[in-house]
Amino acid sequence: MSYYIDSYDVAVIGAGHAGVEAALAAARLGARTVLFTISLDNIANMPCNPSIGGTAKGHLVREIDALGGEMGKAADACFIQSRMLNRGKGPAVHSLRVQADRVKYHNHMKHICEMQEGLDLKQAEVTEIRTENEKVVSVVTALGGEYKVKAAIIATGTYLKGLIHVGDVSYESGPDSTLPSRGLSDSLKSIGVKLRRFKTGTPSRVHRRSINFDLLEKQNGDEDIQPFSFETDRNGLKNVVSCYIAYTNEETHKVIRENISRSPMYSGRIEGVGPRYCPSIEDKIVRFADRARHQLFIEPMGLETDEYYLQGMSSSLPEDVQIAFLRTIKGLENVEIMRNAYAIEYDCCDPQDLKHTLEFKNIGGLYGAGQFNGTSGYEEAAAQGLIAGINAARYCKGQEGITLSRSSSYIGTLIDDLVIKGCTDPYRMMTSRSEYRLILRQDNADERLTPLGYRVGLISEERYEKFLEKQRLINDEIKRVKGKTLPPSEKLNELLEKKGTAPISGGIKMSELIKRPQISYEDLAEFDDDRPELFYEVKEQVNLQIEYEGYISRQMMEVEHVRKLEEKKLPADIDYKQIKGLSLEAQEKLDRVRPENIGQAGRISGVSPADVSVLVIWLAGQAK
Amino acid sequence: MSTIAAISTPHAAGGISVIRISGENALTVAEKVFFPSSKNKRPSEMNGYTCAYGNICDGDTVLDDGILTVFRAPNSYTGEDVAEISCHGGIFITEQILRLILSEGAEPAEAGEFTKRAFLNGKMSLTQAEGVMDIISAGGKAELCCASALKEGALFRRIKTVSDRVLRLLGSLAAWVDYPEDDIPAVTNEEINDTLCYANKQLDELLSSYDSGKILRKGIDTVIVGKPNVGKSTLMNLLSGCERSIVTEIAGTTRDIVEESVRLGDIVLRLSDTAGIHFTNDIVENEGVKLAKKKLGTAEMILAVFDLGAEISEEDISIAESCKGKNAIAVLNKSDLDQKFDFQSISDNFKECVILSAGSGEGAEKLAEAVEKIYKLGDIVPDAGMIVNERQRACAEKAKNSFSEAICALASGATFDAVNILIDEGENFLLELTGERASEAVVNEVFSRFCVGK
Repeated sequence: MSYYIDSYDVAVIGAGHAGVEAALAAARLGARTVLFTISLDNIANMPCNPSIGGTAKGHLVREIDALGGEMGKAADACFIQSRMLNRGKGPAVHSLRVQADRVKYHNHMKHICEMQEGLDLKQAEVTEIRTENEKVVSVVTALGGEYKVKAAIIATGTYLKGLIHVGDVSYESGPDSTLPSRGLSDSLKSIGVKLRRFKTGTPSRVHRRSINFDLLEKQNGDEDIQPFSFETDRNGLKNVVSCYIAYTNEETHKVIRENISRSPMYSGRIEGVGPRYCPSIEDKIVRFADRARHQLFIEPMGLETDEYYLQGMSSSLPEDVQIAFLRTIKGLENVEIMRNAYAIEYDCCDPQDLKHTLEFKNIGGLYGAGQFNGTSGYEEAAAQGLIAGINAARYCKGQEGITLSRSSSYIGTLIDDLVIKGCTDPYRMMTSRSEYRLILRQDNADERLTPLGYRVGLISEERYEKFLEKQRLINDEIKRVKGKTLPPSEKLNELLEKKGTAPISGGIKMSELIKRPQISYEDLAEFDDDRPELFYEVKEQVNLQIEYEGYISRQMMEVEHVRKLEEKKLPADIDYKQIKGLSLEAQEKLDRVRPENIGQAGRISGVSPADVSVLVIWLAGQAK
Repeated sequence: MSTIAAISTPHAAGGISVIRISGENALTVAEKVFFPSSKNKRPSEMNGYTCAYGNICDGDTVLDDGILTVFRAPNSYTGEDVAEISCHGGIFITEQILRLILSEGAEPAEAGEFTKRAFLNGKMSLTQAEGVMDIISAGGKAELCCASALKEGALFRRIKTVSDRVLRLLGSLAAWVDYPEDDIPAVTNEEINDTLCYANKQLDELLSSYDSGKILRKGIDTVIVGKPNVGKSTLMNLLSGCERSIVTEIAGTTRDIVEESVRLGDIVLRLSDTAGIHFTNDIVENEGVKLAKKKLGTAEMILAVFDLGAEISEEDISIAESCKGKNAIAVLNKSDLDQKFDFQSISDNFKECVILSAGSGEGAEKLAEAVEKIYKLGDIVPDAGMIVNERQRACAEKAKNSFSEAICALASGATFDAVNILIDEGENFLLELTGERASEAVVNEVFSRFCVGK
């Protein structure tokens, strides 16, 4: 029996990193939104690594911020150590990563949600989604309360039919010993959502006083801290903790090898597909048997706790084995486990059933986001949550959904990969996944996405004005630098030679010197008498845009080529089996993925260039 | 749209060959290779429907003389600017000219691409569209069939060796960049430079050996099959006009595949004579039989030889069945003997049937007619093997250019992200041949080789 409680525009199921972004975005765009969570005490929890950012993930956070999402600001408010990774490998792969205070981050995000106008938080387990005429009409909780809604976003993370494995013990559970979501899977199946099982894992948390820090390598944060959010003031940010590095050894590996038969992964009890990029320690030792040691990071979970996280040591071996192998590690001889490592299996959808808006192709108003869509990672989840939230709100207002192209962002690349190529194991973002790395830098996320954030309605007038002003300063300065000729001088040539590049004999455009990899915009300050006073962020853009101009324009040509292909729209109701000349494999793949345009069709594996040509001709024939 | 070029006449030795260039830059490309005798004529300034006589030159070297015909958009077959160069026909010369044109910025045309453009530019009616799609998909399928043949080829294998080595480098770079906190060895400038120099050296050798006249042997890849002693080698010798295969009456004389290019009427056949297909205990010969069966699967045309003077056997039937659906001609040999062979029962498997005597040469001209019927001379569909090969060459060339740029960028001190993009680009050209994409291949490489992740 169910009973009516209330009506909303959008229901968000799950309040992890995807759910929170989705709910905030929907509410901010004026949709009356309800956010359901099994426990209010786990909003925006980090059940794994207490860290945000990293390679490509840091890019995602900057992009979320540029579009008007929350994760970047929350990370800036709650970080305890910050580092820019990959300095020295080129600006395209600079990646910001912070250690965050887990409890503070949860409290912060919960409070942001509580204060958001138009957003209600409910502690309840949604067990049913009701549809009429293949459109979402309501959601029902375990207690029978029915909420009429126009759209629902599923962001259930690892809670959906969650099953934890530790050695030969298995039990139904959400992450961090929370209650799992039990009923929703059956309801989803009954309305036509296909589900599958994925698996992930987390290492143990140990007590600070049981670690001998003197035996570990120390890793400090950056002196010059860069924030995630384009709105955060860079002054006053500081590191308050250090992280540490330790190594496994032959003894550790021996303990693991001797007990490998007690792992549920090797006994075959886990059916879910685990991530390739996040192997458990037993996986690493079996697959990379020749490695004498593996590195692990020991990271604080927050300022008001003595729990430490052991990055790199996720495991589903029994508890006694976990204790035994950890104690073989130098510095952890007396380690005390507070929370043991475990593997968790959960239900997720096949993202090939989604559109680029993250709405299900077969159910109007139903959206998926985060781990439910087959990804892994807080940042990947938040990025999808933001897009699903925006689109659910637009759906309620009868507006067309927004989609991001691969060339606009890592968010667009992420979603395109999921929807067009699908994933066979939990998907993690990497810089190598983007063919447009040189234009999708973390430093220019605002240039790429803030105009869209403004048009959508998540970026305030004030912030947009500031953004426009910044762009104006950048463009004016680039123009000035390109027009300015520096005469040769002893001093200038001294600098050039010192930096390892050829001296000049005649006058040279300042931009030509900046194009030399050895010389930066900043280096030339003393030779540039009419240089205006500019912010760090402006100077950085001037330097990068000039230095990488050649590469950038090369990538822009490719972008243009792909854009043209994407302009050729494919009708949604094509019967691919009726198109003469398509190969059988292409017919099947196209029918499964149902691409929206020729560009997407060409990215599907199994669709050959000849098939694409056939589609182009078929399309032209239809137009006549 | 890009500018494309291809040989538009049948790929065989003939009086005159025509190379067609179509697209925005067709005339500028033509101007770089064609030099009219009348000094005041410039191809890029010629009017539509006009011709010029002149030389086709690669730098200072005159390759051939010929006629250039210019068509101006939209009044051309494709509806684009078109330049057609008529030259003197030899396969070798024609291909050299095509190569020159491609090196000046045209792309090799895909099967049916001229016709496809004609359609897209409104030069054809809707009902013709389906025909075009058929041509393209046939081209695509033929390429797929050829793919297995090409993967046997030296060119492909060597390109694959290079692309695997570059992929390893890209995997190391990706792991090092995407997992800065893991225990991944840093990639050094030397490592990048060594790999790219190796790659370019290999590609250079590859491209020069590919150019050096081997193409003379090109033509229709044809295999002669039949059970032992039906006269395959005699037929081969008849066609090639010399004692190429050892002919004896002991079954199983031909063990290796003997190859020869022969001219049959207007067409060049690239003939392979194979060991007879039958069950044998001789280990060496058995290898030959395996080779023959493989060749049967990959050849463009099959000449299946049967002995008219013998009863039809299991082996004959099995050979006939493997010819089904292919460009296969039944050659009924020994027409001078009493005819015991029941051809009717297997005739459905063949497109054409020819009765001849390989020994005396009687009836050989009918074979030429049969081949011409199958290849419908005059069709402008270039053969798939040619396209695939030319594409392999073009890919290798482009990859080499990208790698060279990467080497320069690295030497000038550019950052890894920029160098990486150039290597990606080059690798993508090489991977095009196997239909992979660098980004996916690299991600797979990272996970299979490196122990990364939390």
